[in-house]
Amino acid sequence: MRPFIGFFEWFGSLGIFSWQVLRAAVTPPYEWRELIRQLDEVGSKSLPLVAMAGAAIGVILSLEARYSLTRFGAKSMFPATLVYSVLQVMGPVITGLVVSGRVGAGMGAELASMKVTEQIDAIEASAINPYRLLAATRILACILMLPLLTLATDAIALLTGWFAQALVEPLSFHQFITNGFSGATFNAFVPQTFKTSVYGLIIGLIACFQGMRTRGGAAGVGRAATNSVVLASLFLILSDVVLVKFILVFFP
Amino acid sequence: MATAYDIATKQAEPEQDGLAPVIAVENLYKSFAGHKVLNGISLRVDRGETLAVLGRSGTGKSVLLRLIIGLDTPDSGSICIHGHAIGGLSIDRMGEVRKKMGFLFQSAALYDSLTVAENVAFPLEHHRRDLSKSERADRVRQLLAEVGMEGDLEKMPSDISGGMQKRVGLARALALEPEILLLDEPTAGLDPISSGEIGELILKLQRERRMASIVVTHDLHSARTIAGRLALLNEGDVVIEGAFEDLQQSDIGFVKEFLKQS
Repeated sequence: MRPFIGFFEWFGSLGIFSWQVLRAAVTPPYEWRELIRQLDEVGSKSLPLVAMAGAAIGVILSLEARYSLTRFGAKSMFPATLVYSVLQVMGPVITGLVVSGRVGAGMGAELASMKVTEQIDAIEASAINPYRLLAATRILACILMLPLLTLATDAIALLTGWFAQALVEPLSFHQFITNGFSGATFNAFVPQTFKTSVYGLIIGLIACFQGMRTRGGAAGVGRAATNSVVLASLFLILSDVVLVKFILVFFP
Repeated sequence: MATAYDIATKQAEPEQDGLAPVIAVENLYKSFAGHKVLNGISLRVDRGETLAVLGRSGTGKSVLLRLIIGLDTPDSGSICIHGHAIGGLSIDRMGEVRKKMGFLFQSAALYDSLTVAENVAFPLEHHRRDLSKSERADRVRQLLAEVGMEGDLEKMPSDISGGMQKRVGLARALALEPEILLLDEPTAGLDPISSGEIGELILKLQRERRMASIVVTHDLHSARTIAGRLALLNEGDVVIEGAFEDLQQSDIGFVKEFLKQS
């Protein structure tokens, strides 16, 4: 019975936390300086990691696509297959998962550490709303930076995917891009890229929630970091089920 | 002109006469997981007065301070600041009340990613946007000089001792020129010399600023130095309240035992 109650209690607390953050985010004073710091933290500092992940994904997809397409005699479809699989599926999801690992763990641990050392209480005692200063800025930074990081992942994955193919048989980049994007529409790519804002919301919200409700010293900090990553990654994948369906319905 | 603090507190309760104590705690109860920590405690502190709250560990002294500054909420009872109840205020309205309060945490709770100077500047950056950068820096230097830390502006909290951290925490608590100062175990964990220095410092600041202060401590010696009035807590309620002499003359067994052991 207790895990059952705990499950609903967790969602209830998350709901209350979300409401407090939303209310703090839309009322002044706005914490611009902290927001800029978090944009740098989430965006610029995640860029090398998502770039590496994107590069690897590009090569893997290129190898797999060439092998499969050759088997079915559809080698000419290679550019479109690569472009669509990167931009519609792999780019957003891989970016989300990489950022969830780096940023989710970092935020969860940082806020948890601040919580157990009473630094969050000290912020509140200094008449500063911690939901505004700590949570709203971090969540907003995740929402804004995820689509941009996804674009970076996509670009690098396409580049390395083309490069891996070009090493095996001649294919100019111009030809690859022209063939890959022929017939591409707004609906095919833009909603897929901007759905990562929802990933950002999930990552930021879960990490801030887990961090700011931590109890129990160093062990609590460790738990908060782990739970932030695990739950954010899990909810990110689960949300994708809904998001893909939503996009298929509203952006056919 | 009414400040946001005035508006927040006026909405909490109708205005009362000017004789209301700065802090008035009435019949306060607080439990954690079924364990009663505060059991109907009532206290009042007037302007310029320092009350030391004494008692054994776990008797709810720190909880009392956290309730007064609104970091926890009581199960029942009321807390009035300048005659206005603070119960039920939103976090932003409570923020307006908190601008009038300084809080020194037992652990000092300095922001570990900021330098000593940045820690003290933190409340000023958020609430005194009217100050220029250089004015703020001057104010920080002045505050740190008051607590004898003017030479350690660029040090990180991890690079200074516990006593120094308490001094910086005190400077941060004083940054917004509060009317109320809440000190949670200001001398705990310090050697007798540092403890004496902190006590003297608090006394000096108290004389200069005439704040209403509550000092939570289990150190009877520093309580005698800092406070004019002492309240001894046991099992979540005040056993005796008065000057140190009143405690000495008390026939209550717990009071005698506490004085004997201190």
